[in-house]
Amino acid sequence: MAFTPENRARAGEIVARYPVAKSAILPLLHLAQDQDGWVSPDAMEEIGRILELTSAQVLGVCSFYSMFKREHVGQLVVSVCTNVSCLVNGGPELLRALEDRHLDDDDVSVEEVECIAACDLAPVMQVNYDYHGPVDVEAASTIIDEYKSRVRTPRTISGTRVDAGAAR
Amino acid sequence: MPETRIVTKRLRDHPEDSWTIERYLATGGYEALRKALGMTPEAIQDEQVKASGLRGRGGAGFGTGQKWSFLPKDVYPRYLAVNADEGEPSTFKDHMLVERDPHQLIEGVAISAFAVECHQAFVYIRGEFALGYERLGRAIAEAYERGFLGRDILGSGFDLDVILHRGAGCYIAGDETGLLSSLEGERAMPRIKPPFPAVQGLFAKPTVVNNVETLSTVPAIIERGGDWYAGLGVGRSTGTRIFSVSGHVERPANYEVELGTTFRELIEGLAGGVPGGRSIKFFIPGGASSPWLMPEHLDEPTDMDHVQNELKSMLGSGAIMVFDETTDPLLVAWRLAKFFAHESCGKCTPCREGSGWIEKILYRMSHGLGRPDDLDLMLDFGDNIVPGLNAPFAQTTICALGPSIMSHVVSLDRYFRDEIAERMGADTRTRIPVAVQGGGGR
Repeated sequence: MAFTPENRARAGEIVARYPVAKSAILPLLHLAQDQDGWVSPDAMEEIGRILELTSAQVLGVCSFYSMFKREHVGQLVVSVCTNVSCLVNGGPELLRALEDRHLDDDDVSVEEVECIAACDLAPVMQVNYDYHGPVDVEAASTIIDEYKSRVRTPRTISGTRVDAGAAR
Repeated sequence: MPETRIVTKRLRDHPEDSWTIERYLATGGYEALRKALGMTPEAIQDEQVKASGLRGRGGAGFGTGQKWSFLPKDVYPRYLAVNADEGEPSTFKDHMLVERDPHQLIEGVAISAFAVECHQAFVYIRGEFALGYERLGRAIAEAYERGFLGRDILGSGFDLDVILHRGAGCYIAGDETGLLSSLEGERAMPRIKPPFPAVQGLFAKPTVVNNVETLSTVPAIIERGGDWYAGLGVGRSTGTRIFSVSGHVERPANYEVELGTTFRELIEGLAGGVPGGRSIKFFIPGGASSPWLMPEHLDEPTDMDHVQNELKSMLGSGAIMVFDETTDPLLVAWRLAKFFAHESCGKCTPCREGSGWIEKILYRMSHGLGRPDDLDLMLDFGDNIVPGLNAPFAQTTICALGPSIMSHVVSLDRYFRDEIAERMGADTRTRIPVAVQGGGGR
């Protein structure tokens, strides 16, 4: 699935911001991920066409950055930090418990992440890049369930607010 | 001792709405920009920023005014790249500044761009800062609407465009040249220097790269004067700094204090010390790249030069991580090595290979599988990343990521050799001879 006509137009606006078109590669990858929920090979090919790069060049950049998902993930990406401030405050235990809890859950993908610059909230997690901490397993589970039932409104898996179409 | 709030004043005084344009204007916002536009760029550089003694708050601590002065004369266009890609483990000050006082950053960007005569600034913000991206994006739009950005700013004839650029999860994009590579649409691989960014940076044009906290400090310097700022702090470490204190402390948070404040005042005073009456085993004073310090260093001042020259560590990004007596130093070292192995970009062989090996060895040491000569083994081949292993570190790599891994190995050797020997010696598993004696021949 390549860009919708609206997103194709947005892509043009994004490219125009930069002195050199290639600079738009990260914003365009975010745009593709917002649209499709992952970065598909088709999307990389289209971004290559827009920026006059080969798909391999786009893949080379895309695969370097950990926020881009090159295979399908759940609608909710739960990122749990286990770097040192979280390590000594229960981060690894939180990660294991949430991984087990959502092992067969197609809607929720739990991932271990490096420090997300919120060590005052340790142990901290992000759900689609919204911060929650400090959380124990129970509190984290409640929050995730609230996102699942849309009591809380999640961002996209690229962290864009769903009602903020223009803010990109 | 209380905090000295300059950069964090607004967000602490008005936690409910410090990020809004209304609050910013009501608290004197954009007056410094107005004042600066009435000065000459040279006067801002020399009489204000250079005179203030302000040094980069990202980690390297290089003089900000001095950095600006390296731009070659009469070469245009020039660019200002703002480093908001805060990724140094346990550092969370820029995250706070971007989310809670974005206009202060924008004002600092506008003043600095005017001072270095640049008309296009790029803010590279860490991808994971979703709310920060949103707030900064809105703030930039508001600044355009009110004439603080764009064409003919406040009738001065000065034009500036600010482009907000979002990263996508990559530590090394926070390195000065890694950031430029990433902004150009490449993998965020650091570049060899020279040429320095001031001469050949973004799109091969003269470029200044400054950190968020550094630029957020500029409005206060213009408002109250470079000499006033230089009167704060200690020695060549002038002014205040935001320290992110975390780990085993009662009140983990950002604290803005005058440089020279002791580690004890920060850790035990402001952050409330270690919970449960336990004692400190060790602490890391300047982010995950800095060598460790011990309880006997608690009364040392947070003076950048002193910490580097006398304590053989560094204040780096200003992140202080505290570990209590129950902490296994090997586990902390392993986790940090795992971080660096994950984030190594792969460009330089000593770092790409070395980070993986150190992570593997520290893993076995911290998980009951260590061997008696593991520490010496790491020191032996680590010498290929940091020749000589003496602080300040020499390096065989382009950027400082590789040497950063050795900070932890060297710290284990400095302070925990006996504890490790005891633990590894008690290991009864068969010793497998490891005949790795290459490299620097330690």
